[in-house]
Amino acid sequence: MDDSKNKGTATHSIWVFGDYRNYFQNRVTLQLLSRANELAKKINAEVCATVFGHDVDEYVGEYIAHGAQKIYVLDDRKIKDYNVDIYAGLMVRLIEQHKPEIVLVGATSFGREFAPQVAKKLLTGLTADCVGLDINDKGILLQTAPAFGGNLLAEIITPERRPQMATVRPGVYREIPHNYHATGEIVRLSLPKDLPKPRVRLLSAERQTQREQRLEDARIIVCGGRGMGSFKRFRNLTELARLMSGEVGATRPVVYAKWASQDALVGQAGRQIKPQLLFSFGISGAIQHTAAITGTDLIIAVNKNPNAAMMKLSDVAIVADANQTCLALIKELKKSLRG
Amino acid sequence: MKFVVCIKQVPAVSELPWDPQTGTLMRDLAEGMMNPACKHALEAAIQLKETLGGHITAITMGPPAAEEILHEAIAMGADKGVLLTDLRMAGGDTLVTSHTLGMAIAKVCPDFDLILCGCHTSDSETAQVGPQLAVELDVPSVAYVEHLKVLGTTLTMRRLADNFLETLEMDLPGLVTMTTKHYQPRYVSLGDLNDAFLAAEILILNADDLGLDPERIGIKGSATRIQNVYAPQAQKENVVLKGAVKHIVEELFARFGDRIAGAIGKDLDGRQ
Repeated sequence: MDDSKNKGTATHSIWVFGDYRNYFQNRVTLQLLSRANELAKKINAEVCATVFGHDVDEYVGEYIAHGAQKIYVLDDRKIKDYNVDIYAGLMVRLIEQHKPEIVLVGATSFGREFAPQVAKKLLTGLTADCVGLDINDKGILLQTAPAFGGNLLAEIITPERRPQMATVRPGVYREIPHNYHATGEIVRLSLPKDLPKPRVRLLSAERQTQREQRLEDARIIVCGGRGMGSFKRFRNLTELARLMSGEVGATRPVVYAKWASQDALVGQAGRQIKPQLLFSFGISGAIQHTAAITGTDLIIAVNKNPNAAMMKLSDVAIVADANQTCLALIKELKKSLRG
Repeated sequence: MKFVVCIKQVPAVSELPWDPQTGTLMRDLAEGMMNPACKHALEAAIQLKETLGGHITAITMGPPAAEEILHEAIAMGADKGVLLTDLRMAGGDTLVTSHTLGMAIAKVCPDFDLILCGCHTSDSETAQVGPQLAVELDVPSVAYVEHLKVLGTTLTMRRLADNFLETLEMDLPGLVTMTTKHYQPRYVSLGDLNDAFLAAEILILNADDLGLDPERIGIKGSATRIQNVYAPQAQKENVVLKGAVKHIVEELFARFGDRIAGAIGKDLDGRQ
């Protein structure tokens, strides 16, 4: 891999904000570096990352290995805590100084609070929660994002103002493999002398227990809807998922009925998934849900109603009772799985 | 304390929640309604006012019909409603919306202590207006707040962000965006709603009243442009299997066993 191809000749830069506080935030940063590399080829740009915090060399190395050609590092004890107010101020200064063409931020809780502030201070456009990024024939960033409550997708551009900014949903892109031979330029910066006193202070942060694997990363997902009929039956999906080392997802009505927790929600207001295999049980296929599963390789849908939207979107549409089919699959897999 | 609550009227939701007891859709949520997160933000403000005293201004931007949710806000406990309505303001992105709201707050309640917004709206879900409004007014902000408490001139908040349960402290004046986790909005009786419609103090303002530059509002002032809108589609094989469940499962494994086994990463014994 030739990671130095754009050095010296690049006319633009694409920046990725290095969000790393937890594993999943770091993953979306890597995903954005991957996509930024593809976009960079189309506009002859250099891919840069920013890393703010304290003792962050681990991430500097990782981002270079994942496609960053230049990294701006602000490493100081004074900014060891994630602080939206302070980080946004620092990011704005850097952007004003180096004028990147595009700035990408992961749509994490942090990113979705941080990016709007940065964009506002720069008086530029920001598209929230993108599910697609491309470069159009005029060399402008084409940002695809859910619109009108997730019923539709909108293609949005920032025609004149710069940088063009987007937050991007985790799991939309796949990171490029770690390249230990990659090299990149590391630009170490010191904190500005006039760093403002933080107006928001973190008093405590307690890491919450997390499901073992995130839905965004799961290769197999068993997703259930209202058609499962009851909480008790819905739990059969967990058994099926466990047999395949998969995860359980749910639709909004199921989460609303408390058959499944909020973090299992697959949909526009929840997770965007792209497993290799998706089992869909008793799901009618409201567009908020189906818009979030478009990257799936193989969809097997089970529904009594052959005309349900979910059935039309599937590779295999099984016209049958969701719970009975689930039980039959459990039985069959128990018989045939070994190793 | 002086509170400003920014609320938005959102259209009928297309995927209505259903009542698990009766199995019916909760249709009372349809039509134009106050965005749920905004309503929780208003409830939080009312609860703070009940313990600390103060005054709540509810402010919304939208078509003239959006006045309805200001009456609802007053029936819940807000003291005053402000409607920003002007065709020139329509279609704006979050950059100009936060500018318009900021100019309005600077005019109607410049000495605010705390602004509360919903963390996102059910129709656009950008979650950007709150944090951008704080920048517009140059005050600190915290998003996705679940619970808050005022101690003198600081606000203490709890929130869940990126899987960390955080406690934060912010200097006032400031802005928060609220989730729907803690402050369940109070019930408003029809009688109270009726009274609010008769006696409410609603101020209606347009772009000229606010001294807004027409170049900085609405579609014209927006930094972003929507180029194209389309329905997402996926092309699939769509093999239909029906009949007895046992046979369906056998046929599924016979035809798709390879791909299922590939995803699982294990052999399916005697199936291929």
